Amino acid sequence: MLSIKNLCVSIEGKEILNGINLEINPGEVHAIMGPNGSGKSTLANVLAGKEDYEITAGEITYMGEDLFEMAPEDRARKGIFLSFQYPVEIPGVPMVNFLKTALNEHRKFRGEKPLTAGEFLKVMREKKALVEMDTELTNRSVNEGFSGGEKKKNEIFQMALLEPKLSILDETDSGLDIDALKTVAHGVNALRSAENATIVVTHYQRLLDYIVPDHVHVLYKGRIVKSAGKELAFELEEKGYEWIKKENGD
Amino acid sequence: MEEQDKLLHEVTQREYQFGFYSDIETEIIDKGLNEEVIRIISAKKNEPEFMLEFRLNAYRRWLKMDMPDWAYLKIPPIDFQAISYYAAPKKKPQYDSLDEVDPELLETFNKLGIPLEEQKHLAGVAVDAVIDSVSVKTTFKETLAEKGIIFCSFSEALQEHPDLVKKYIGMAVPVGDNYFAALNSAVFSDGSFCYIPKGVRCPMELSTYFRINAANTGQFERTLIIADEDSYVSYLEGCTAPMRDENQLHAAVVEIIALDRAEVKYSTVQNWYPGDKEGKGGIYNFVTKRGICRGVSSKISWTQVETGSAITWKYPSCILMGDNSVGEFYSVALTNHHQQADTGTKMIHIGKNTKSTIVSKGISAGVSDNSYRGLVKVLPGAINSRNFSQCDSLLMGDKCGAHTFPYIEVGNKSSIVEHEATTSKIGEDQIFYCNQRGISTEDAIGMIVNGYAREVLNKLPMEFAVEAQKLLAISLEGSVG
Repeated sequence: MLSIKNLCVSIEGKEILNGINLEINPGEVHAIMGPNGSGKSTLANVLAGKEDYEITAGEITYMGEDLFEMAPEDRARKGIFLSFQYPVEIPGVPMVNFLKTALNEHRKFRGEKPLTAGEFLKVMREKKALVEMDTELTNRSVNEGFSGGEKKKNEIFQMALLEPKLSILDETDSGLDIDALKTVAHGVNALRSAENATIVVTHYQRLLDYIVPDHVHVLYKGRIVKSAGKELAFELEEKGYEWIKKENGD
Repeated sequence: MEEQDKLLHEVTQREYQFGFYSDIETEIIDKGLNEEVIRIISAKKNEPEFMLEFRLNAYRRWLKMDMPDWAYLKIPPIDFQAISYYAAPKKKPQYDSLDEVDPELLETFNKLGIPLEEQKHLAGVAVDAVIDSVSVKTTFKETLAEKGIIFCSFSEALQEHPDLVKKYIGMAVPVGDNYFAALNSAVFSDGSFCYIPKGVRCPMELSTYFRINAANTGQFERTLIIADEDSYVSYLEGCTAPMRDENQLHAAVVEIIALDRAEVKYSTVQNWYPGDKEGKGGIYNFVTKRGICRGVSSKISWTQVETGSAITWKYPSCILMGDNSVGEFYSVALTNHHQQADTGTKMIHIGKNTKSTIVSKGISAGVSDNSYRGLVKVLPGAINSRNFSQCDSLLMGDKCGAHTFPYIEVGNKSSIVEHEATTSKIGEDQIFYCNQRGISTEDAIGMIVNGYAREVLNKLPMEFAVEAQKLLAISLEGSVG
C-alpha cells in the first residue's frame, strides 16, 4: 500500500530525515517510536503533504502512485488521514459544516452523491458513539474551546467518519489521561480491518498496550535504526532511548 | 496627476466598453459645476422651489470646503469640473440573449448562484414581459400600496410627496455635513424614497432591485427612509452581483429617520468594480450614511458587506436622540489587490439609556489597506448609556495592512463603553488542516473567512447571507498560494 524508499527531507537546509525505507501492507499496524527530535512528526507531515519540507531524495508510492505528484487534498481523498498532534482551531466554522464538507468532498472524489444534511447527521450519530463524542462538541466551532483530550478524540471521530485506508496517528496519546486513551484506542481498533493500515507515531510505549502493532520501528537522527515485532516496544520501555543512542555511537 | 485626470476622463466619458449603445436620445449638459448647472438640473426635474434652494445652499457650502484628508487613504486628485452632472437616464447595454454577455461576468453570476432570470436582468438582457420577475414586481407594488407604504424614486417623491421630503431631507445629513455630502446635496441625480406609516410592519424586505427604474445606479444617489411611529422596515441596498459602472466617482447620501418605537434595518452588499489586479481603474466610493433615532425606543441597524470599489470611505452612523433608542453597526469589509477601505461608524448617544453595538470585521489580502475608524460619543445628558465595540482584523499574506482608529468620548459617569480588538492571520496550519480532510485550499479560505465573518453575516436576511458568503470566497480567489 505504501512504499517509502531512501526518503531524505530537510527544512531550511537542515536535514531531518536521512534515508528512510518502509513498506506498509494492508491490514498492518506499524509503530514508529523514537526520542524527541528524531523526525517522527516530519515523516507524518511529509506523508500528508505539508509544504514546509524539502524532499531532497527518495520516493514514495501510495497505492501504486507517486505520492509527491498528489496535492494534500487529493492524498486525503485517496484515503490518507493524519490525526494531528496539535489540531488547529477554526473559529466561527461549526464542526458539523466542516465535517459535512469534508465527507462530501471525499464522496465527490469517489463519484458518489453528496449526503444531504439529514443523511449526514445520521452517519455522524453512529460515528460519534464510537469515540463517545459529546453532541455538544459537534455543535461548536472546529476545535474551538476543546480540551486537549477532546481535540484528540475529535481527530479519531473524523477518522471514523472519513474511513481512510492509511491512518497516521501523530502522538495521539500525548495529553490524554488513561480513560481518554482507552476510548481513543478503542475507536482506532474498531476501525482496523484487513483492507486498511495504520501508522502509530509515539514517544511512549503506553499507547501500544491498547493499539497492538505488528511492527515497531525506532527512528533516530532521521533513520530507522531498528525494526522488529511488538516486543521491541517493551524493550524500549525497559531500557529507554539511551540504549539506542549508545548503540548508534552517541 | 495628468494620467489620473486622463483616466478619470476616460472612465467618466468613454462609451460603455461593450459598445452597445442604443439610439435613444440622451440629454447631457456640458461638463463642469456651477450655479447655472444646478438650476438646470432642478428645472429639468421640475423640482419644487425648496429643493432648488436646498441644492444651491449645499453648493455654496461645498465651495468653501476642502476634500477631507484625514482618512487612511491615498486618493488621487479628482477634477470636479471634468464631470457631467446631468444626464437623462443612461440606457444599459441591451442584449438579446445571455450568449452575448461577457462570459467572465456570467461565470461570476453562476458562482454566486444567481437564478437565470435574475442574471438576465442584471446583465441587461431584454426580459420577456410575461416572466416571473415582472409579475412579482406588480404584486409587490400592490401589497405595499395596501399598507400605505410609499416606495418610489426620489424624483417621483418630489412630485407626489413634496411635503414629506421637505420635512425630512437633511435632517440626518445636513447639507454642510461634509465635503461629499455637500456635493451630493447640490447635484444628486435620483435615488430612493421610502415612507412607512404609523404602526405598519413592512411585510417584505424592501429591495432597490424591485423599484421600477432602479436599474441605473446614479453617480450621486440619494436615499431617504422614514419610519413613522411603531413601524418596521428591512431595507436592502445593492446586490452581490458585480456592478460595472462607467462613473468612477460615487458620492451617495443615505438618511434614515426613525420615530417613536420604529425600527429600521438597513443591509448593504457592495460589490462595485475594484480595479484590476494592478490597481488600475475601479470605483471611488465616498458615501455618507446616517440614521437618527429621533423617537423614544427607536432602533436603527446597519449591516454592510463591502467587497468592491477601489477606494471606500464610508461610516454608517446613528444619532441616538430618543431615550432608550438603539443603534447597531455590523460590518465586513474585505480588501484585496490594491483596494483601500477606510470604514467604520459613529454612535452619538444623546438620549438617556441609549445602547449601541459595533461589530467590525476587516479582511485584508494582497497589497490592500483596510482601516476601521469609529467614534463612540456619549453626551453628558445620555446617562446610563452603553456601548460595546468589537473590531477584528484578519490578514492574508504579509503585504497588506489593517488599521484600527477608535475614538471614544464619554461625558458622564453612569455610562459604560467597552472596546475589544483583535488581529489575526489566516494560518497556513488552518488551511493545511482543511486540505488534510479533503478540502481544497480555495474552499478552505472561503470557509475560514466566512467563519470569521459569521457574526455579521448572520445579521443579513437569509438569501442575502448565502450570496454574501459566496461573494467573500470569490473576492479572495487566488489571494493565497
